[in-house]
Amino acid sequence: MDSFGLASKAFAVLAKDLRLEWRTRYALNTILMFGVTTLAVVSFSLGQAGLPVKLLAALYWIVVFFSAMAALAQVFTREEEAGTALALRLSADPNAVYLGKLFFNLILLSTMAAIITPLYFVFTDAPADNILLFVLVLGLGIVALCTATTLVAAIISRAAVRGALFAVLSFPILLLPLILLVSASDSVLLGQSISEILAPLQALIAYIVVMLTASIMLFRFVWKA
Amino acid sequence: MYTLKVENLSKRFGSRRVFSDLSFELTTGRSLSITGRNGSGKTTLLMLLLGLHHATQGKVSYVCDSEQLPDSAVRAGTALVSPYLNLYDQLTGEENLVFFATLSGINLSGKRIDELLATVGLERRGVDPVGAYSSGMKQRLKYAVALLKDPAYLFLDEPTSNLDIDGKLFVRQLVESRRRNSIVVIATNEEEDYSLTDGLIRLGQ
Repeated sequence: MDSFGLASKAFAVLAKDLRLEWRTRYALNTILMFGVTTLAVVSFSLGQAGLPVKLLAALYWIVVFFSAMAALAQVFTREEEAGTALALRLSADPNAVYLGKLFFNLILLSTMAAIITPLYFVFTDAPADNILLFVLVLGLGIVALCTATTLVAAIISRAAVRGALFAVLSFPILLLPLILLVSASDSVLLGQSISEILAPLQALIAYIVVMLTASIMLFRFVWKA
Repeated sequence: MYTLKVENLSKRFGSRRVFSDLSFELTTGRSLSITGRNGSGKTTLLMLLLGLHHATQGKVSYVCDSEQLPDSAVRAGTALVSPYLNLYDQLTGEENLVFFATLSGINLSGKRIDELLATVGLERRGVDPVGAYSSGMKQRLKYAVALLKDPAYLFLDEPTSNLDIDGKLFVRQLVESRRRNSIVVIATNEEEDYSLTDGLIRLGQ
């Protein structure tokens, strides 16, 4: 299959998932509910007392991680629960399915981030002097989380206890990017420049390349198994 | 000329043997019914033929003019209608057709959509969400999806389930017309369906 054919099929999977999500808003509601609730609870419990920047950075990625855990698996579990996965398996190239689902998760998590990031700065009084650099770290973080969890979502989609299994399987492979993301965000919030956080950013890019390559190579076996 | 070649196929679930040492060969224009009591492995055999289950032993080959077909060609040339295969309830009938056509690399025109829907008796219902369809209408839409890629291999699992008398007649006419240019495999317990095919395999004996 040529790359244009693959792209158009991946786009068809993405467009279908976006249309289904628009009509049900199931994943978006879940992800936003979790993100906004967590931020609001932390904000009210802190009151006037501020948190150290290191903890603020960790708090942000905890919210993003658990929001991702709450919603990103649905991209495959919804297909299994609705009985539509069989039709998809019979008709679609596995790479097109993986790429379509990956881009759907990227859009979903980006939408969540676009809503909760301003709320995070408002609720926690985190220093917002270096917002562009924070957005860069956030963008890499979203790609890293989605690249890894989309494959895990496919693996657990036919298991009986999907919710628990998704977090359990995702955590070990997300530990490294989460540590890098907390470290980079911490430095950004402290006002450091891009040259000072280059090492974690380079490590994140390497992680994304490795995970994406491994996912594309492995997905067809996971999907057919 | 397409061929479906099954050699010494066996399937076990743990210690339970579903079937063993099954061999047959079908070429374009030939058709086969698979029957057997509930749980005898009819659907499992279809899934094995479609490569969706792993065989314990044996081999299934899709061949065209003595060349083994690659996965992409098998996907493009096979279609399944089954109670276990669902379409998207939140999409309309037309949106489902366009989606599956795109996945198969087919550019579906509005006229062709209308033709397909008319063929399966769903005229003017293509704009309704599939979730609002009756079970029989959903079954008819599955036939429309199966037909859109003009499959060289057509697999039907309980092909007349949920269908009314007109629907059953439509399925029989469809099998009658398709079997000249395709390989048709039907898993069924309806005795009337056996007469539509050239051969019969009884599982669980």
